[in-house]
Amino acid sequence: MIRVENLHKSFNGFQVLRGVSFEVVKGEILALIGQSGFGKSVLLKHVAGLMQPDSGRVVVDGQDMCCLSNKDLVRLRNRFGFLFQGGALFDSMTVFDNVAFPLREKTILGEDIIRRKVLSELEQVGLIGSERKYPAEISGGMIKRTALARALVTDPEIMLFDEPTTGLDPITVKTIVSLIAACHQRLTFTGIVVTHKIPAIFAIVDKVAMLHEGTIVIAGTPQDILASDEPIVRQFVHVHESSQEPGCQT
Amino acid sequence: MVTHILGTSVKNKNNEFRQTLTGFLGYYVAERIRSIGAAAIYGVVRLGRMGLFLLKAVFYAFTPPLKFARLVKQVWFIGFQSTLVILLTGAFTGMVLGLQGFYTLTRFGSEAFLGPMVALALIRELGPVISALMVTGRAGSAITAEIGIMRISEQIDALELMGLNPYRYLIVPNLLAGIVALPLLTAIFNVVGIFGGYLVGVKLLGVGSGTYLGEMANYVDMSDIAGGIYKSISFGVLITWVCCYKGFYTGFGAEGVSRATTQAVVLSSVLVLVWDYFMTSALF
Repeated sequence: MIRVENLHKSFNGFQVLRGVSFEVVKGEILALIGQSGFGKSVLLKHVAGLMQPDSGRVVVDGQDMCCLSNKDLVRLRNRFGFLFQGGALFDSMTVFDNVAFPLREKTILGEDIIRRKVLSELEQVGLIGSERKYPAEISGGMIKRTALARALVTDPEIMLFDEPTTGLDPITVKTIVSLIAACHQRLTFTGIVVTHKIPAIFAIVDKVAMLHEGTIVIAGTPQDILASDEPIVRQFVHVHESSQEPGCQT
Repeated sequence: MVTHILGTSVKNKNNEFRQTLTGFLGYYVAERIRSIGAAAIYGVVRLGRMGLFLLKAVFYAFTPPLKFARLVKQVWFIGFQSTLVILLTGAFTGMVLGLQGFYTLTRFGSEAFLGPMVALALIRELGPVISALMVTGRAGSAITAEIGIMRISEQIDALELMGLNPYRYLIVPNLLAGIVALPLLTAIFNVVGIFGGYLVGVKLLGVGSGTYLGEMANYVDMSDIAGGIYKSISFGVLITWVCCYKGFYTGFGAEGVSRATTQAVVLSSVLVLVWDYFMTSALF
């Protein structure tokens, strides 16, 4: 479904991605782990077609992202959902309007059906009662949940999550991870999750790839990663395991 | 012999020093030329990007669908919400013109021409220019800041990922609102300014009411009014183009947005004055 081949990208002479390759098959969720500043979010934006690589290619459902016409790119993006690190909610709109926005703009559904669909989505993420609030009036966890509802309201086939749990308390992390798992069961989307929350996210993903210094140093099942003898992988996994919050250890 | 050897050694040292100096100067000059060239290329690339930005906005403005609700909202924001500041600046500009005009014209015994002087100055120049500068300060800066914040908080990326065109949502409504609002604001500025000049000239300084208005009607042509409207339309495009562009390509973080906002206001104001010169030389 998603194939990344030998992707290179540099900014002002600094090479962020140095030949990244991986594949995610239909219905699978891949966790992309690695230290901050090693290009995980940049890689995700390439998959979404928001950035163009210096060389290499991203193929989504057989279509090369670099060579698509505007029309085809829009058609492909209609199948995407993207959860941004900061939520990227429209701050001039309420929670309800944010979630309703893609339905109002991209579909011909009537306002009654949109209302029902949005409320059902907000119920799934536990935000009933907050639909009239603005993003500035809600917490970080609620922003992430609203963004998740907005991303999922169009029933996407491909979901990209950019650090969905960063900066959240352990209970909210658990909630978000459970929500992603529940939504995956409901929609069976193909997904990529960029994350640091190793123990929490490993339970819901099929594959894990670790990005280090611009390349994928290891890819496999969560069990493969946990059992790996690679020093970099061991160091990263164990540091994160030992630094996990008490709420997640139970 | 020793003197000869010493002399040769000093000469060699001098030659080495000269070569080093020439090499250093050569390097310095080459570096200067390189940096000037780099700056020129950077400037041309920026100009090209700015030009393409306008072309795209104009293209999307004339191809459906038009986001009508957003257009109305922006006309309200750029136009209606600027009315108070336009009323104030218009009134006081007209009053100052009335005062200065009266004292100047009295020297030549031509105070009867106060009406046409105030009206022509406002309709041809001050109305379009001051309205544009006021809109730049009030609405232009806000447009840049809003689009800039949307850029740094990934809201524009979110729009793109929903398969929606950010030009249609953010740029086109502002561009069209500028084209609609600026001529209307300029018209209000002119009317209020002429009335301000009337208050000072007629009610305060004693110029005849009929003289003030009658001479104005004699000397002000439709071509003057049309010229002022053309100017204000072009200023509407100029201000929204620059302010949207600066927001759309803002730098990183709060500092980037604040720098973009300052640049947008300064560049728009300077371009309004420069463009005004060319419009005046072409129109009148």
